[in-house]
Amino acid sequence: MHERTSALCRASNWRPWAGYLAAGSYDLYHDREYWAIRNAAGLIDVSPLYKYLIRGPDAVRFLDRLVTRNVRKCAVGRVMYTPWCDGDGKVIDDGTLARLGDDVFRLTSADPSLLWFHDNAGGMEVSFEDASASTAALALQGPNARKILQALTTTDLDGLRFFGVMDVDLGGIPVSVSRTGYTGDLGYEIWVEAERAIPLWDALVKAGRPYGIVPTGLMALDMARIEAGLVLVTVDYVPTHQALLESQKSTPLELGLEWTVDLGKENFVGRAALARQAKTGPEWRLRGLEIDWVSLERAYGSVGLPPVVPSTSWRTSVPVYRGNSQVGYATSGCWSPLLKKYIALAHLRGSVGVPGTNLEMEVTVEHQRLRATATVVETPFFDPPRKRG
Amino acid sequence: MRVGREAAYDAIVIGGGHNGLTTAAYLARAGRSVLVLERRHLVGGSTVTEEMYPGFKFSVLSYVVSLLRPEIIRELDLPRHGLEILPLESTFTPLPNGDRLTRWADHDQTRREIYRHSPLDADAYDRFGQLMYRMALAVKPILAMVPPDPTSLSPKDLRGLLRLGRHFRDLGEADFFMLYKLMTMSSADFLDEWFETDALKATMSASGIIGTFLGPRSPGTAYVQLHHYMGEIDGAFRAWGFARGGTGAVAESIASAARSLGVTIRVNAAVARVIVRGGRAVGVALEDGEEIRGRTVVSGLDPRLTFLNLVDETDLPREFVDSIRRYRSVGSSGKVNLALGELPDFTSLPGDGDHLRGAISISPSQDYLERAYDDAKYGEFSRRPYMDVIIPSLIDPGMAPPGKHVMSCFVQYAPFALNGGWNDEKRKAFGDTVIDTLSEYAPNLRNAIIHRQVVTPQDMEDEFGLTGGNIFHGELSLQQLFFLRPAPRWANYRTPMRGFYLCGSGTHPGGGICGGPGRLAALEILRGGAR
Repeated sequence: MHERTSALCRASNWRPWAGYLAAGSYDLYHDREYWAIRNAAGLIDVSPLYKYLIRGPDAVRFLDRLVTRNVRKCAVGRVMYTPWCDGDGKVIDDGTLARLGDDVFRLTSADPSLLWFHDNAGGMEVSFEDASASTAALALQGPNARKILQALTTTDLDGLRFFGVMDVDLGGIPVSVSRTGYTGDLGYEIWVEAERAIPLWDALVKAGRPYGIVPTGLMALDMARIEAGLVLVTVDYVPTHQALLESQKSTPLELGLEWTVDLGKENFVGRAALARQAKTGPEWRLRGLEIDWVSLERAYGSVGLPPVVPSTSWRTSVPVYRGNSQVGYATSGCWSPLLKKYIALAHLRGSVGVPGTNLEMEVTVEHQRLRATATVVETPFFDPPRKRG
Repeated sequence: MRVGREAAYDAIVIGGGHNGLTTAAYLARAGRSVLVLERRHLVGGSTVTEEMYPGFKFSVLSYVVSLLRPEIIRELDLPRHGLEILPLESTFTPLPNGDRLTRWADHDQTRREIYRHSPLDADAYDRFGQLMYRMALAVKPILAMVPPDPTSLSPKDLRGLLRLGRHFRDLGEADFFMLYKLMTMSSADFLDEWFETDALKATMSASGIIGTFLGPRSPGTAYVQLHHYMGEIDGAFRAWGFARGGTGAVAESIASAARSLGVTIRVNAAVARVIVRGGRAVGVALEDGEEIRGRTVVSGLDPRLTFLNLVDETDLPREFVDSIRRYRSVGSSGKVNLALGELPDFTSLPGDGDHLRGAISISPSQDYLERAYDDAKYGEFSRRPYMDVIIPSLIDPGMAPPGKHVMSCFVQYAPFALNGGWNDEKRKAFGDTVIDTLSEYAPNLRNAIIHRQVVTPQDMEDEFGLTGGNIFHGELSLQQLFFLRPAPRWANYRTPMRGFYLCGSGTHPGGGICGGPGRLAALEILRGGAR
């Protein structure tokens, strides 16, 4: 795809991603790309994702042991978002698991996972194919995504429900389409043989033109995923294999992903630890924060400036306080142009993670560390009916 | 006999190697008057750059920097005294089948290359790096610590042992058991648990055999491998660098710091013996008969040379002399330095790309290394040796005339106790073997050579005072590390002779351009007192 994306990338804004360079933004300013996701359709090259094809009579048994969700409940043609953990229940990685056939799955991950699969496949009849380089992936995200795809195929895409997956012929190119994405919007991810990626890109751009399709970079995607309350590995949590300290690791419960943990399953990696934590409740909790505008005005007003909000997302660790004590840290945040709110994702300790609690987040105003009021909220911040509709 | 020209020094340091100079600098920093005596015409000892052929500068023995303690760089402000460490970022292993394995500074680039050989190893490599990082973190504090005597009940030793105990308790179960495995296993066995690519395992295990008379399948080598992982530059572990101007520049910078602190350094001043009065070291006698008084005498030489040559054995307890006699200091390596008219062109990766700017490792398989060791076990140098090669002139153009190059080849195995002994003929044959081996991978090398310098273990002993030609002042094997280096009960830089101290690589934390022994010795001397 690089042949196309590099020609379009006027900003020469490239970001390293899993051994590749991906466009941060195509325009010098990412605003138009962000609004395409929410207003028309953004076309995002997500090929750097690691993709594994898992096959064999024991594929279900293997995956059921590997991930926290109940894979037996995943019908053919369905996709599950799921984390997977180490023996202590700490999250190694997360991704989407698509059941392509009775014994065939595609699992995406942010980090290389082949060794971990092998480590957990002892005695099972299951094979792993690293399809990361041979499969390209394009995300088409936004309210017009369905219309654009429908223009390229005779298959009725209304039949492809949220978190469904099917094989489709798009303008003569055989692809796998899943109704998934990283934006919290109506959207699709399209999986295609790498050799056919450029014709697919061309077809989508052509079909999308009447619907306002915009090649979109990672800066816009990052804002959309924060609005959707989706965590980003190595930004919002440290994968266990990269952690140097126990305290850097997180369980799914601590990340607000308890809905992905099926303790009803007899066994899976990390189950015992997660069952224990489910009883006592996690000590930490990832939540949304909404930073209060009036308090921002006050902070900036103290030096004679109007409030300044981050027009791009940030991903540094920012302290969160209650009174004089630090009770957590925000890991990513941005101004949501759509919601007209300054939002952030934060790890909060104990009871302060209860929605509705008023805390304070550090804001740096003219080199001074000040604080603004921040209210704990449930995520997602943005959840339009069209996402599932 | 001439009498000392001046009043006694507070301390006389024997040997102007990097550790001796470090001790001298730290003592002077504390206000002591210090004299350093170096036998050769220049300081540095084994940390030396010499122009062996007009225009070509060779790091004659040691050739890379990593273990140099950051606190020494900081406390002696070595950058102000000329120390510049340039990055040595890649490791290129050419293979006999025309393939290669290259590890780069860039994580993704390395991953892609290892993936080409084995997708599983690509994942394992990251995990292994994490593990070794944690292990290095676990062991690193020990490097900066004076070894406590586990049999002593003195408050100081008990405090040290307690600190050590707490440290290991904090390690966590899994890491503790892993450390135990590292301490006891061979590097080949340890790496077999992680990887399947032979060339990767061989190249990684090579750091477990460097300077030892052991093969990759000998127990204990996993630890030596970890020792090499502990090198750090600017806080980054496992970073190896090249000193601008060659390793001699490291010694020069420490010498410059020492001089600026008031240390007197005399070269061409060979010490013949330590002068002892009433069981106490009170000065030294030079080979030309001159005697110099010192309230403290510190030896930067290796333990065997120090206690078996500089002092009269009868001035030392017999059991101490025995343990020094048993101290293993057997050389296993040689050094070949080449002046080149052009760069080597490797068949497996032609051209003058970035792979020439890092280390070039001749370690195609574990069997290759073990076979190289087999030759040495029975008294021959390896017919096909392991080599760690760098081309300093690509990193620092000042090392050779424009367009020309110098190449440094660390070669193992070359046993000190060669069958029939070393002589000019054997030295030539050894040099030829090195050139023949390298030419199998880079055929143009043979005709590019303008000059060659071959250093055998015998040369290391004769010219550099390294007993047995051991580059670490004694092997870095577990039975002579930490509180056993160089001898039980005498690991705190003191010796059974009052006023006489040891500060070389034969003391904790050991060899390599590290400076740790020199610094810790100075701190102990300043603490004063007996054992």
